[in-house]
Amino acid sequence: MSLFQKLIHIDRRIIFILIFFGTAVPLLLVLNLPVEVTKNVKNVYKMVEETPEGSPVIISFDYDPSTKPEIQPMAVAIIQQSLRNKLKLICIALWPMGVQLCNEAFEQVLPLFPEVKYGIDYVNLGYKAGGMVTINHMAKDLPSTFPTDAGGIPIDEFPIMKGINNFSKIGFVVGLSAGDPGLKQWVMVVHDAYGRPVAGGSTAVQVPYLLPYVNEQQQLTGLVGGLKGAAEYEKLINQPGFATKGMDAQSVAHLIIILLIVIGNVGFFITKRTK
Amino acid sequence: MRRQIPLFITFFIGTIILVSEFIPHKPFGNISTTLGGWFLIISGFAIILGQLNLFKVNLTKISRKAPNWQYYIISLVCFLIMLVCGILWGTLRQPGLLYNSEGLVAFFGLKPFDYIFKYLFENLSATMFSLLAFFMASASYRAFRARNAESTLLLVAAVLVMLGRTTIGSTLTGWIPDSLTYLHLPNIANFIMEYLNTAGQRAIMICAGLGVIGSSLRIILGIERSYLGGR
Repeated sequence: MSLFQKLIHIDRRIIFILIFFGTAVPLLLVLNLPVEVTKNVKNVYKMVEETPEGSPVIISFDYDPSTKPEIQPMAVAIIQQSLRNKLKLICIALWPMGVQLCNEAFEQVLPLFPEVKYGIDYVNLGYKAGGMVTINHMAKDLPSTFPTDAGGIPIDEFPIMKGINNFSKIGFVVGLSAGDPGLKQWVMVVHDAYGRPVAGGSTAVQVPYLLPYVNEQQQLTGLVGGLKGAAEYEKLINQPGFATKGMDAQSVAHLIIILLIVIGNVGFFITKRTK
Repeated sequence: MRRQIPLFITFFIGTIILVSEFIPHKPFGNISTTLGGWFLIISGFAIILGQLNLFKVNLTKISRKAPNWQYYIISLVCFLIMLVCGILWGTLRQPGLLYNSEGLVAFFGLKPFDYIFKYLFENLSATMFSLLAFFMASASYRAFRARNAESTLLLVAAVLVMLGRTTIGSTLTGWIPDSLTYLHLPNIANFIMEYLNTAGQRAIMICAGLGVIGSSLRIILGIERSYLGGR
């Protein structure tokens, strides 16, 4: 087998080793490659910034641990910015495991805001099955959709929930979504039917599917896409965290993939020509 | 009658929901809200049904010694451990039957359910998902070959988006002067995503939307009956 034929048949184990070191090394030795903020991420940041102090807002945790490395940094960054701006956070989950991920995000953020109190500044209403029907029902009667919080305490015991019967007083909804039900359903009900601003974050693979909603009608005010979007958000709030670190690894892994594609194509062309 | 009654219920409920979207006033608005509440209750029961089904399917496979039946035992044991931990000790905000169990919390730092979730389940899930990176790298290397015009186009678009969506993309073309900013890799990637991709996605979404309307009407009018278990 000639050298060029070998190039088009690299053993997959070699590729796996390259990817392993390509991701592990940058995670250990931080490269600090510059992160450029894009328009869609800036729009989400601006929406949170411009919401008046004290407004109740909804953050929906519609993902599970498999996508946590991508989406949790966004959740942490958005919660930090919202608490800094003294917004009241009503958290819910359309995915069963979103409840725990919400708790973990707050666990990470709360040490920075010792004055923030559960039930007054934020609340975790827990998971509700039903997807889009749940959102629709919240729009008509929020207290009957979520009569208690995640711990079974009636929501009328929480000052944050006083007077919140539907979406009319909600400043915005941020959907952190890894699939269905998720951001698309929030757009269809909260923005399209009730005219409230909706923005969100999603995994990188979902971005092409959600981008059509970022349009002149502002069905989505903005979109934080994948780990890169999360790193951009961390830069905007001036709190570099897991996403900023992870972006180095992702960038190197992408570069390795591109190099492999180039090598494969060089081998392919030369072998084809010699035939 | 076994078929007529479900068909009538489907037609009746479907029509009310449809009408309430256009006339959200009494009585349609109220009926639609009540039906929404019923749906949420049924969804809750569906979860219980799903868990029972999981139990039944796994037990059947173990009793029949299906291929790799040992794995089904592991799956059932894990399911039971989480169930017992959740019922007995609850979660962060949910007290269990043994209430808050301070002793265990002092030992583990978290309640047993939360501990297993955070330190086992989360890491295992993320690991499984991360494995995709290895397979994608190997698949990209083999699949992205410039065999003809179409595959070359796909290859070029993929490389540009891959570079443009990383910090390396911005670093590589960061020196480009403002007058040529459209050649900056992140801008090229955004152009591909926002115009070329979005146009294609919208076409797919509109077609899918029309398909959903068609199949919903078929179900409401009783033409499509496969959900009843027949043809």
